[in-house]
Amino acid sequence: MKEIAYQDIVDEVARICQEANYDLGEDVVNAFKESVRTEKSEAGKSILNQLIENADIATSNRVPMCQDTGVSVFIVKLGQDCHIAGGSLQEAINEGVKKGYDEGYLRYSIVDDPINRRNTGDNTPAVIHIELVEGEDLEVQMSAKGGGAENMSAMKMLTPSAGIEGVKKFILDTVREAGPNACPPLVIGIGIGGNFEVSPYLAKKSLFRPVGERHEDPEIAGLEEELMTEVNKLGIGPQGMGGSTTALDIKVETAPCHIAALPVAVNLNCHASRHKHFVM
Amino acid sequence: MSIRLKVPFEAGAVEKLRSGEQVLLTGTLYTARDAAHKRMVEQLEKGESLPVGLEGQVIYYVGPTPNKPDSVIGSAGPTTSSRMDAYAPRLMEEGLKGMIGKGYRSAEVVASIKKHSAVYIAAIGGTGALLAQKILSSEVIAYEDLGTEAIRKLEVEDFPCIVINDSHGNDWYKEAHKQFEESSNQ
Repeated sequence: MKEIAYQDIVDEVARICQEANYDLGEDVVNAFKESVRTEKSEAGKSILNQLIENADIATSNRVPMCQDTGVSVFIVKLGQDCHIAGGSLQEAINEGVKKGYDEGYLRYSIVDDPINRRNTGDNTPAVIHIELVEGEDLEVQMSAKGGGAENMSAMKMLTPSAGIEGVKKFILDTVREAGPNACPPLVIGIGIGGNFEVSPYLAKKSLFRPVGERHEDPEIAGLEEELMTEVNKLGIGPQGMGGSTTALDIKVETAPCHIAALPVAVNLNCHASRHKHFVM
Repeated sequence: MSIRLKVPFEAGAVEKLRSGEQVLLTGTLYTARDAAHKRMVEQLEKGESLPVGLEGQVIYYVGPTPNKPDSVIGSAGPTTSSRMDAYAPRLMEEGLKGMIGKGYRSAEVVASIKKHSAVYIAAIGGTGALLAQKILSSEVIAYEDLGTEAIRKLEVEDFPCIVINDSHGNDWYKEAHKQFEESSNQ
């Protein structure tokens, strides 16, 4: 049995909240650089270069790359032989978010209630998903998820007769409708299958995979490639100003589902695809 | 090439702008986003005057991050403009001449832009660190309780953006998309 101290989790969470907002992952920066090479529109190229410059400024000056420092979303893999000493895991994560957002000069974007809308003043509560796994490690993945792209995301309960063609149409329609609003070039997370609550979680979870990495199942990897080609043919381009780079990457995850169902969820992420993690 | 322009706009400046033009704005901008817009329109409905006169002014849709002690503002990129669509026509009636944000506007807002000879301009979404370098000063002037959504007065220099909806009814998102399609089909 491993024992992990509450305060150590708080400190690590605070650190990755700041790093996620200041340091864009190499996977995303490399995708920008590759897109500058392939982008067909001059305006699109110029915007991509500004995204690279912006990421550089954020890293060197230790400032957030985007003012929307997001909802703090966590996917935690907790080993069943791991014990958190001194408090609950959820409290430790929320405490870490408070500390990280306060000390890092990050924006508080959470309101306590969707109707009355009072800012909680510390960016909590975080959205936390905990998966119990074998072993004694604690793995914490964090994403700073912006509101603009989240607002353009969509979920639909298709039925089996819609088939893969219906799934593709829904994905393309969602991206087309989002246009410039979701801050393209996008990283697009797709969840197919499960049920009403599972497919959006799959879509969100898929966004935690590094940009440029294909699914291990060749059939799903093929679908990701095909969707990339189709989405980039839409011509939306960087910031919706026209171009061949509408998506930097598309991730697909699937799950078993009911004989009557074909749920599909599309979770859009803007170009600032911010993810950090730690293992204890 | 970018056009250098003073804000607030001088008489006749807006009418000269055309969709797709890159502009560098220098002068004063006011910030306001969702909650500030809601409150401004509520004040107008009650017959109260606004905390800032909007005649000829430009509103930047932004909710910046807090500034570090050694800087005037944190990260400050544009937010999605469509959330302000419900309120924008009323503010244009009050003399508002320009709006800076990102993404599509509603048909009602586009019609209102034409009617009031105003302009909608986009800044590059997500480049908050870069755009903050163009902001020389920032001061909260109203609705301080709204935190990041408070109204701020910004002094900017060569703030880069692109005209989307001009006062003549043109829409750059549509035109740029069409131009790209045509060039790809050649």
